[in-house]
Amino acid sequence: MPAKKLNLRKRYELLTRGMGWETTHHDMDDVFPYDSFEGIKITDWDKWEDPFRLTMDAYWKFQAEKEKKLYAVIDSFAQNNGQTNLSDASYLSAIKLFITGVTPIEYAAHRGFAHLGRHFRGDGARVACQMQAIDELRHQQTQVHTISHYNKHFNGLHDPFYQFDRVWYLSVPKSFAEDAMTAGPFEFITSISFAFEYVLTNMLFVPFMSGAAYNGDMATVTFGFSAQSDESRHMTLGLEIIKFMLEQHEDNLPIVQRWMDKHFWRAYRLLALVSAMQDYMLTNSPLSWKEAWDVYFVENGGALFEDLSRYGLRMPKYHELATAEADHLSHQVWSVFCLLGNATGFHTFLPTEEKMDWLSEKYPDTFDKYYRPRFEHWAKQKEEGTFKYLEALPQLCQVCQIPMIFTEVETDPMQLSFRASEYKGDKYNTCSDGCKDIFDHEPEKYAQAWLPVHQIFQGNCGGATIPEVLEWYKFAPEDGGDYIGSQDHARWQEWKGTDKKVKEA
Amino acid sequence: MAVIAKDGYVDIVRDKVENFHGNQLVHVCWDDHLLFSAAQAFPLPPEMPFQALVSEVMTPVFSYHPDFEKIDWAAVEWMLDGEAFTPEMDKSLKDNGVCHKSLIRFKTPGLMGINGTRL
Repeated sequence: MPAKKLNLRKRYELLTRGMGWETTHHDMDDVFPYDSFEGIKITDWDKWEDPFRLTMDAYWKFQAEKEKKLYAVIDSFAQNNGQTNLSDASYLSAIKLFITGVTPIEYAAHRGFAHLGRHFRGDGARVACQMQAIDELRHQQTQVHTISHYNKHFNGLHDPFYQFDRVWYLSVPKSFAEDAMTAGPFEFITSISFAFEYVLTNMLFVPFMSGAAYNGDMATVTFGFSAQSDESRHMTLGLEIIKFMLEQHEDNLPIVQRWMDKHFWRAYRLLALVSAMQDYMLTNSPLSWKEAWDVYFVENGGALFEDLSRYGLRMPKYHELATAEADHLSHQVWSVFCLLGNATGFHTFLPTEEKMDWLSEKYPDTFDKYYRPRFEHWAKQKEEGTFKYLEALPQLCQVCQIPMIFTEVETDPMQLSFRASEYKGDKYNTCSDGCKDIFDHEPEKYAQAWLPVHQIFQGNCGGATIPEVLEWYKFAPEDGGDYIGSQDHARWQEWKGTDKKVKEA
Repeated sequence: MAVIAKDGYVDIVRDKVENFHGNQLVHVCWDDHLLFSAAQAFPLPPEMPFQALVSEVMTPVFSYHPDFEKIDWAAVEWMLDGEAFTPEMDKSLKDNGVCHKSLIRFKTPGLMGINGTRL
């Protein structure tokens, strides 16, 4: 007599592997046209070990419980005017960058995983990707719902998805996501699940969520908790796919290694925006970018790659440079945002004395020597009323699309780093050896890059003047510029009576 | 490198010089003056004399820096796409070898930025 209730393992097998079959009317290669052109050789999809033995019904149940809790907190946050408990309204610049720069990547990841959930030949891998596709959609949605409360009270939060496709600094996350989405399925999953989610995601989520907690943003903290168990599932999937590819065929190793090198560098460059968020935009920073890098990349990442070395995989190329840049990154990025603060959808502000002392302590080898002088110079100019935003547009890197602000940190930190390549008679400028290698390997891909500065000059962005371009971005005049004197600032002062955190200009 | 793509690539080069309405893109960087954070990009006619690049394009942007008025233009050291070069001021950008997306760097000996900080 068969058992009345199936055990979990059996149930799981029936609800995943039992759902797939070998097609007979059509060739399997026609049904799954995308999973072989990249050169990854899979000899036996049944060897795929599901990283999380979760059936769809159990998945719905878990997620529904988390949603219930999250929305209860969001409701009470709104009813109790939670926004008044923030450390300072200038903190919201980080949230504005997050909703415009990170939330749309969640949506892009949703699309990518939905594609994989259809196109991987192995049913176990397909089901894992389908769940992640739903997770990513849920993250995008819950982030919008969480942050929309701030949209009732503050500027710059009104059109994140429209802006993601247009704004100069948002082309950085957009191009990162689209680079992965336009690759084959194995490269996509290596990029998003492994390079980004496994190796680097802690660099984004841990500091960001603890940053929210440090600054009284309980809505974002709750969202973070709600996403956390999904993220750990995603990390496990990332590790599983790498091991699976490497165990399936030895020819896969050089391909996976090249993807690892490329997407580590792509993801790391994207996180340059996060470094500025962490060190400068958070009113109270729980830990510096460099501290986070040392813990999450140098220590944890180092241990991970040691573990993976038995498959022949080595540390990603240029990781030493990324570690050397940790002393410089956030300062260089925030500097350029301050200089172009008339063209951002969030407020910029100079670090306070208190913040600068914190930066000196966290960056004893670099902050006072290279970066304090510029912030003091700009502070003095603001005092005198002589400060001016940059009136020109910066040179952009063809690959990461960030203004070419990075310097030769290993030899001369005050010398900009310039690289260039030629392809079909045209010149292509890149910011680093990492980005140049990526360009040189697939110039036919990156020659198509939609670089915001070049598009403005080609007349494709609403006009030739900054106000015309900002209007095309749907940036309202009150969205950007200095925090001091902004509507957000005025509103905050009205609620609080004063503003101690950001120095008066 | 062999192209790895399922159906090849559409041959789109988004920044072809023809797309810039008669201009070409020129990048200019003032070395040891990192106050500007990056090289600046300008869409300029290839026929523009080099002198005009200095007086009409670079001056409005870079004169904001207190070092600018102290520049001895005869002593300036120029680099074009990584090589030292001596521009002929009355000749066009094109005749000076400045092409689409070129990078011009200039160094101003003796001037090392705000309080000598290379800013």
